Amino acid sequence: MTESSSHHDSSSGQAEWQKSIDLPSERGASRLIMEELLDRLGEHGWASADIFSIHLAAEEAIVNAIVHGNKLSADKKVHVECFVSPTTVRIEITDEGDGFKPDEVPDCTQDDRLEVPNGRGVMLIHNFMTRVEYNEKGNRVLMEKVRDT
Amino acid sequence: MAQYRRIGVTQNNDVAIVSFNDKKILDEASIQELGAELFGLVEQQSMGDILLNFTNVEFLSSAALGKLITLDRKVKASKGRMKMCNIRPEIFEVFQITKLNKVFDIRKDETEAMTAFG
Repeated sequence: MTESSSHHDSSSGQAEWQKSIDLPSERGASRLIMEELLDRLGEHGWASADIFSIHLAAEEAIVNAIVHGNKLSADKKVHVECFVSPTTVRIEITDEGDGFKPDEVPDCTQDDRLEVPNGRGVMLIHNFMTRVEYNEKGNRVLMEKVRDT
Repeated sequence: MAQYRRIGVTQNNDVAIVSFNDKKILDEASIQELGAELFGLVEQQSMGDILLNFTNVEFLSSAALGKLITLDRKVKASKGRMKMCNIRPEIFEVFQITKLNKVFDIRKDETEAMTAFG
């Protein structure tokens, strides 16, 4: 596991925090970054409802990368980059899998799929974050939340 | 009575009132255990009516939603009824986004839920 983090003042004078870390492809590995991310969000003045949303989106995306992307393979890592400022949160998650096509994830809110137990993570990510983008291969997701003014 | 690690169970009339021991329901192993304990209420204890009280729950992941959906199906299949109460706004929003508020019978608190059981 490698990691680096920095805390500095930007030109606007507002403190920013960023960190990059490689997570092992094990269930529960998200906790290696999540606690610190949540602490930093609180320190940067994010409201508890926003922190809930960001927590859920990050958790779902990291679990997807570990389980569906890297298929829990011990020799693959999930690379996570976080950026937190008082107005913007950006989280980029990259796995070493074959990628997926977000458009092909079935809509779990259709009546005939409402009671299917899985497949809700991607929908929650899109609802809770301001912007969500994937690379062409589909093994990297960039999600951003901008604080409501 | 069965022993539980993830839930607490009390009975009021014929309704099993279930509370959750974990504030954050997101760890995969815990969710598996939670699912097994919840399904046991229907499959081993033959409890008909179940009320899930979310007072203690601050966070749950989509994997936990999956267990709730499966539980709801098992309860309905055994002709029981399942209701939920004391859901905080952030979690209710998760139910709204996924439209599970149309699947689940969600009540404000235990009193309202118990009245609805009749």
